[in-house]
Amino acid sequence: MHGAAMPDVLRPLLRNRAALFGIAVIVLMSLAALLAPQLAPYAPDEQFFDGLTLEGAPLPPNGHFWLGTDLLGRDLLSRLIFGARTSLIIGIAANGVAVLVGTLFGVVAGYLGGWIGAGIMRFTDLMMAFPALLLAIALAAIFSPSLWIVALVIAMVNWVQVARVVYTQTRGLVEKDFIEASRALGASPVRILARHVLPHLLPTMLVWGTLGIATTVLLEATLSFLGVGVRPPTPSWGNIIFENQTYFATAPWLVFFPGAAILLLALSFNLVGDALHDALDPTERRGP
Amino acid sequence: MHRQLLLATALALPVAATPAVAPNALEDAKQGGSMIVTYKDDVSTLDPAIGYDWQNWSMIKSLFDGLMDYAPGTTELIPDLAESYELSEDGLTYTFKLREGVKFHNGRELTADDVKWSIERTVRPETQSPGQGFFGMIAGFDEVAAGDAKELSGIEVLDPRTIRFTLSRPDATFLHVMAINFSFAVPKEEVEKYGQDFGNNPVGTGAYRMTDWTLGQHVVFERNPDYYREGLPKLDQITFEVGQEPLVALLRLQRGEVDILGDPIPPAKFLEVMDDPEWSDNVVEGGQLHTGYVTMNVKMPPFDNKLVRQAVNHAINKERIIRIVNGRAVPANQPLPPAMPGYAEDYQGYAYDPEKAKALLAEAGFGDGFDTELFAMNTDPNPRIAQAIQQDLAAIGIRAELKSLAQANVIAAGGQEDGAPMIWSGGMAWIADFPDPSNFYGPILSCGGAVPGGWNWAWYCNEELDAKAAEADAITDPAKQEERLQMWREIYLAIMEDAPWAPVFNEQRFTMKAERLGGPDTIFVDPVHIPVHYDYVYANDVQ
Amino acid sequence: MPLYIAKRLGQAVFILIGITLVTYVLLYLVPADPVRQIAGRSATAETVESIRRQLGLDLPLWQQYLRYLGNLLQGDLGRSYIQKTEVTTLILSRLPATLQLLAGAIVVELLIGLSAGIFAATRRGRASDRVVMVLSFAAVSAPQFVVGILLLYVFSVQLGWFPIGGYGTFSHLVLPAVTLGILGGGWYARMSRSSMIEVLGQDYIQTARAKGAAERRVVFVHAARNAALPVIAMIGLDIGIFMSGAVVVESVYGWPGIGQLAWQAIQRVDIPIIIGVTLVAACAIVLGNLLADLAAPFIDPRIKLR
Repeated sequence: MHGAAMPDVLRPLLRNRAALFGIAVIVLMSLAALLAPQLAPYAPDEQFFDGLTLEGAPLPPNGHFWLGTDLLGRDLLSRLIFGARTSLIIGIAANGVAVLVGTLFGVVAGYLGGWIGAGIMRFTDLMMAFPALLLAIALAAIFSPSLWIVALVIAMVNWVQVARVVYTQTRGLVEKDFIEASRALGASPVRILARHVLPHLLPTMLVWGTLGIATTVLLEATLSFLGVGVRPPTPSWGNIIFENQTYFATAPWLVFFPGAAILLLALSFNLVGDALHDALDPTERRGP
Repeated sequence: MHRQLLLATALALPVAATPAVAPNALEDAKQGGSMIVTYKDDVSTLDPAIGYDWQNWSMIKSLFDGLMDYAPGTTELIPDLAESYELSEDGLTYTFKLREGVKFHNGRELTADDVKWSIERTVRPETQSPGQGFFGMIAGFDEVAAGDAKELSGIEVLDPRTIRFTLSRPDATFLHVMAINFSFAVPKEEVEKYGQDFGNNPVGTGAYRMTDWTLGQHVVFERNPDYYREGLPKLDQITFEVGQEPLVALLRLQRGEVDILGDPIPPAKFLEVMDDPEWSDNVVEGGQLHTGYVTMNVKMPPFDNKLVRQAVNHAINKERIIRIVNGRAVPANQPLPPAMPGYAEDYQGYAYDPEKAKALLAEAGFGDGFDTELFAMNTDPNPRIAQAIQQDLAAIGIRAELKSLAQANVIAAGGQEDGAPMIWSGGMAWIADFPDPSNFYGPILSCGGAVPGGWNWAWYCNEELDAKAAEADAITDPAKQEERLQMWREIYLAIMEDAPWAPVFNEQRFTMKAERLGGPDTIFVDPVHIPVHYDYVYANDVQ
Repeated sequence: MPLYIAKRLGQAVFILIGITLVTYVLLYLVPADPVRQIAGRSATAETVESIRRQLGLDLPLWQQYLRYLGNLLQGDLGRSYIQKTEVTTLILSRLPATLQLLAGAIVVELLIGLSAGIFAATRRGRASDRVVMVLSFAAVSAPQFVVGILLLYVFSVQLGWFPIGGYGTFSHLVLPAVTLGILGGGWYARMSRSSMIEVLGQDYIQTARAKGAAERRVVFVHAARNAALPVIAMIGLDIGIFMSGAVVVESVYGWPGIGQLAWQAIQRVDIPIIIGVTLVAACAIVLGNLLADLAAPFIDPRIKLR
C-alpha cells in the first residue's frame, strides 16, 4: 500500500550502485544516439569498395575501420552508433505506447467493472495466449515496414501485461469507500480517475515504463534478427546481426559487438526499473 | 563423351533405339555403398505432380521417370521411358515406343496407360498441380483443366507399349515437357490408395525407391534392383538428413560424417574452404540456368521511359556485387544464362558507366534524379545485394527506398500493376524449368505474364516479340533448330534494347562433396538434376 | 475447486476459438497470396484460379473460417498448402522435439535459478551475492539469439564439447536448453533469493537454529523447500515465453521442433500450419497459466480462486 507516489524515490535509487550504472549507460547511449552524425566516423550507409577483401569477406578491426566492416563494406562502428537511435527510439516509443494503451484499457476495465471490465480482461486473456513472437511476426508481415510500424507492432504485443496489472490495482482502489463517497457527491468519473486513481497508478506506470523498455528493446532486436523488424539499410543492432550472422565463425565481432550493445541497454533499463520498483514498494514480492 | 554424342544425335533422327546402359566412365565402377546428403529444410513432398522446389526436384527425378530425360551433366535431351519416338511432318503428332520391362517399385510393369493417366492426373484440377500449365499444347487440355473432362483427347494408347500425342499446335518445347517432373509416370493404384498422402509415400519407376521417411529427420532411398538401366544406380542407399544447418553440415562433412552438402556452402566457410588446399578439390563448380535481374515496371513512370531503364543498366556495378557474394556468380548482360542454348556469345550489353547513366537520365528529363522503391526478398544475401544496387542507383541520382519483405509479399507486389517499380529478383526468380530459351520468356517477359498475379514484374508487353516467340516455338523440325535458336537470340537482344530488365549476374553452383564419392564432376553440378544427379554417383571406398 | 477448473476450461475453449479467429483474420490481412505460393512460378492464371477453388479460398472469409472451425472441432487441422501433408501429422512429428526442449529449459532454469538464488541468499550482502545478482540481471537482459550463437561458437565450434546444432542425443539438447532456460534462470535466481531471505527471517528458522540444528540442515531442509515453492508454482507462466523463444532457439540450432515449423510456414504463407502451430502453442500457454493459478493458493493462502 503506498500513498502519494513520488517523494522518496530518488534517494534510494541513487544509493543503488547498479541503478547508477544503468542510468549512466542509458545517458551515454542516448548521447550517442543524439550526436550520432558527429560521433560516427563515417556515414552508416556507405558501402566502401575497399571495405571488403577481394573475395568479399569483411575486414577485421583496423586503423581505418576501428571495429572492422560488415558484409557490405560499411563501417561497423558507425552503424553501431546509429543503431543506438533505432533501439532507443523504438524501445521508448513502443513501450510508451504500450504503457499508455495498457493503462487506458486497465483503468477503464477496472473502473467500469461488470460486463465491460470482464470483457476487456477476457480479451487480454486471449492476447496473452498468443505466443508474443508469432503475433509480432504476423503483424509485421501485414504492414509495409518502417521504424514506426515496428514500434507500433511491438506496442500491440506488449500492452497486455500492463493492462492486467493496472486493472487489478484499479479494482482494488475502486472498491474503496472514498471512491463511493466521491461518486455519491456527484464527482464526474474523469475527476475521480484523475484525482484518486491515477496518482496511485503512477508508480506502476513508471516501473513498467522503464522495465518495459528492456522488453521492447529485446523484442525489436529479435524481430530484426529474424528479418521482420527494422529493415536495412537503417541500422539496428538486431539487423546487423541478421545481416552478418553467416560469418559469425570467422568474424565473431560482427555478432558480439551489437549483441553486447543490446545486452547493455536492456540490462540498464532492467537495473533502473528494478531499483525504481524497490524504491516505490520494497515490500512487494518481485516476480517476472 | 562419345556415347553422349550418339544419344544426342539420336534425337535429331526420328528413330534409333537407344541402349539402356550408362555412359562409359561408370561401367567399371562397382556397385555398392551408401551416402548421406544433408539439407536444412524438410523435404516438402515427393509427388512428381506437386513437388516444385530445388530440394525435391532431383530427388523426384531419382524416384520417377518420364518419356524423356537429359544426358547426365548436360542439357541434351535423351529418351528415357521411351525407347524411340516419331514426329509427324506437320509437327502435331508424336508417337513414342516404350521400353520393355520397366517396373514400378511395387512390382507391376509399366504400360502406356500409366503414362497417359499420369499426365492427365497432373492436368486435372483436383490435383492442384503447379505444372498444369505446361501441358497446354496437348489437344483436349482446356476441357480437362476446367474439370469438364477426365481424359485428354490428345493422348491415345495404341498398344501397351505405344502412346501417341496429338497437339493443338506445333510446339518445340514438347519434348522438354515430356522430360519434366510433372509428366512422370505414377501407378494409379498407389495414388488412389494414398490419396493426398502419395507425396509422402512415393512409388515410381526410378533408380531409387523410398523406403523410409521420418518427418523432420531423414528420408531414405534404396537402390531399385529392377531398374531398367543396367548398371545403375551404383549406390545401395542414400540417406537425406534434414534439419541440418549448412554450417553444421559442412563441419560434419569435413569430419567424414556426411557426404554431400545439399544446400549452398555458407559464405564464410566458402572462402575458407576454397583457400584450403585440402578441401578445395572437394568443391565442384558448375553453371546454372539462372539469371538474377532487376525488373523495372514499364507501366510506372518514370520507368515507362526507355532512356531511364537504359540508365539503370549502366549504373549497376556488377563486379562489386559479385564480390559481395564471394565471387559465386558471373556478370550477366542478357536475360539468358550462358549455359542456355540461344545465348548470345558476342553481345556486349550495357557497360558499367555511371557518367553515361547520368547523361541518359538528364536526356530523359531527370537531371535531378527521382525517388522510387526497390523491392527485394528478405533472406540473406538478397537484402545485401539490394542495398548494393541501391547505392549504385543513388550514385546517379535515383533515390530508391528499399522494401525488404517476405518472398510472398514481394511476389504479390510484383503481380500488381502499380505494386512495385523495381524488384531485385534474387531468391525468387528465375531458374529455367527446362533448358530451352522459351522458358525464360513466357512467364516473365511475355504479354501473357503481364497480368495481375503474373511473374512478369516488368509488366513488359511487346506484341511483336510475342508473335515472334510463338513463331519460333512452332519450329519443331529438328533440322531447323539452329534457325529457331537464332530467332530466340534476336528476341532477347530486342528485349535488351528495350531494357525492361537490368540483368546483374548468373549464379554459379558450388557443390561440396566428400572424397569417397566418385562420378564425373558434371553430375555434382547437373544443370537439370539440380543439384546432384543421384543416379550416377558411386562410392570410391567400395571399389 | 472442481468448479473453478471447469470454469477455467470453459474459458479456455473460448480463448482458443478466439485465437483461431484472430489468426485467420490477421493472415487474411497479410498482403500475400498463398495460392500463388502453391501454384508456383509457371502456373497460368487459370491454374491459379483452379487451385484457389479447390482449396475453397475463393469463398468469402467468414465462410472459409466457419469451414475451418467445423473441421477443427472434428479434430482436423487441415493440410499444409505446400506439402499436402496433414497438419496434425506435421505437428505431432515435431512436437516431441519442442517438448524435449521445453523440459530441458525448465530443468535448466530451475537448477540455475534455485541454486543461484538460494546460494545468494545465504551469502546476503557479500560480494558473491552481488555477483550472482548482476549475472541474473544479465541473463534476463541478453537477447536469446545472441546467447545461442555465442554458446554455439564457443562450446561447439571452438571447444567441440557439444555437437553443432542438430537433434537426437542428450548432448544435442544441452546448449539449446541452456539458451532457452537462461532467461528464466535469471528471474528465478532473484525470486528464489528474495523468497529465501524472507523464509530465513521467519520465526521457525530462528527456533531451529536455537535448538542447535546444523546450519546446513536448517538451510536445505526447511528454508530451501519453502523458498522454492513459489518459484515452482510459476513455471506454468513460462510456457508463453518459451513458445516465443522456441522459434528463435530452434532456428539458431536447427532444432526440428514446431518453432522451426512455424517459421518455415510463415515464410511460405502456409496458413493451415501457421494456425495449427499457433493453436497448439496457445493451448500450452493456457494450460500453463491454469496450472500456475491452481498452484497459487498453496503458496499464498491469501489468494482465493474465483
